[in-house]
Amino acid sequence: MSGGAFMAVLRRDVLLALRRKSEVLTAVFFFVVVAALFPLGIGPELNTLRLVAPGVLWVGALLSSMLALQRLFEADYRDGTLEQMALSPTPLAWLVSAKLLAHWLVSGVPLVLLAPVLGLQFDLSTDALTTLTLALLLGTPVLSLVGGIGAALTLGVRGGGVLLSLLVLPLFIPVLVFGAGAVEAQASGLGAQAHFSILMAMLLPAAFFSPLACAAALRIALE
Amino acid sequence: MRWESWSQFWHMGGYAVYVWGSVGVTALLMVVEVWQARWAHRLVLRQVKTEQAVAQLLDEASSVEKVM
Amino acid sequence: MKNINWFHYAAPQTFYGLAGKAWPWFAVLATAFMVAGLWIGFAVAPTDFQQGEGYRIIFVHVPASWMSMVIYLAMAFWSVLGLTFNTRLSGMMTRALAPTGALFAFLSLWTGALWGKPMWGAWWVWDARLTSELILFFLYLGYIALTSAIDDTRRSDRAGALIAIVGAINVPIIYFSVKWWNTLHQGASVSLTQAPSMAALMLWGMLLVALAFWAYSIALVLYRVRTLILQRDSHATWVHELEEVTR
Repeated sequence: MSGGAFMAVLRRDVLLALRRKSEVLTAVFFFVVVAALFPLGIGPELNTLRLVAPGVLWVGALLSSMLALQRLFEADYRDGTLEQMALSPTPLAWLVSAKLLAHWLVSGVPLVLLAPVLGLQFDLSTDALTTLTLALLLGTPVLSLVGGIGAALTLGVRGGGVLLSLLVLPLFIPVLVFGAGAVEAQASGLGAQAHFSILMAMLLPAAFFSPLACAAALRIALE
Repeated sequence: MRWESWSQFWHMGGYAVYVWGSVGVTALLMVVEVWQARWAHRLVLRQVKTEQAVAQLLDEASSVEKVM
Repeated sequence: MKNINWFHYAAPQTFYGLAGKAWPWFAVLATAFMVAGLWIGFAVAPTDFQQGEGYRIIFVHVPASWMSMVIYLAMAFWSVLGLTFNTRLSGMMTRALAPTGALFAFLSLWTGALWGKPMWGAWWVWDARLTSELILFFLYLGYIALTSAIDDTRRSDRAGALIAIVGAINVPIIYFSVKWWNTLHQGASVSLTQAPSMAALMLWGMLLVALAFWAYSIALVLYRVRTLILQRDSHATWVHELEEVTR
């Protein structure tokens, strides 16, 4: 278990993503567009908007994540870096978890930071906005972790993007249900404690098992 | 027996569309599935036969060459 | 238990013969069970007090739902076996199961909708079970799409096995989350089982049709696996010597 290798991969991935800003910005921009267009499509009735806000913002985050997932392993696969990682003495799962973390930092965190701002368009209360941000903070890593498995399985496969979305869609649904549910629970006065516990209960095992599953999937793709 | 006549049976107490729509589609799709499986099997069988025929021809051709 | 070769039938060649002998029997069983089940369901079972004759859809709906779940578990089972022992046949079994499973998942949704319309007034309700079934259907489609998109057989089988296993682990999570979501949004609080206690005849009808579907699935899957074996081992000598090929 080399901390050095982990940090090296993490730093490299974040740097590369920041250099190719357009890829990152596309996904984030998509999130913004979804959040901005929905009120225009639904109508200015504030009560309605407040009701649909958690769902709309969460679905926007979900779709944005799906967009961002495609480039997770793609570039490294093409230039051979992935093979090097697989052959290195450091466990592939460990290196993959660094990539997943980098992916979340670059694609997930912007969503978390933007959500409260976008939530204002839906006239969400401060409490609701806090709950939403917290839920996204717990949920977006799960999206990166679980989505990574799909990305690894569809490496270099034709029709990859749509196929990837189809594969990860069922796996994202629990996150969506509890993530959006948290905000609704808070708004209805029930409190979002249970939802947060469950989101955490999804995050921790995912953080442990997903890199292993990704590594297995990558080895299958690299053979 | 629950039914007094065939027409009563088909009528299904007014639920004919729903009941027969369900049972009918189920039966239809199962039949289609079976048919598709048999068709695929015949296709593969034909391919294998063709491959074998080609292999045999090549065999004969090469053995003729050896004689020559 | 001296020296049982557990992997004797893991060889495609031997399995081909076994499957060839077995599937007709299951087909016969399926027909028998189906006739019995439909007879009880449509000729003998009494009219439901609340739902009239419309309830008879459960005789196909419930067995289809059961099968869609059983088949997915079978896929997960073969996938684990395949990844553990690296047997080619496991991948073929999983592949052969998928279309039938997807079919039953679709039928579950279709018959569910046709049942829902007269009973609840809507073609679709976000009932926990219906929603989970929809997601299960997507899991099947995902597996089929993934395995169809990858050309290399070995990679295709192994990738499919992985997604099948990951999906299987998710099924309870998905079901739980949807149930949670549904109970909080206490909209259509309907139960798909007959209440309070199902009449014995109705239960028997469902069980017999379920057994029919089960036998049907086994027969079809065994038949399909034979096609896959032929396709993948088409260059093997034993295939060229098969009776049906030399005919």
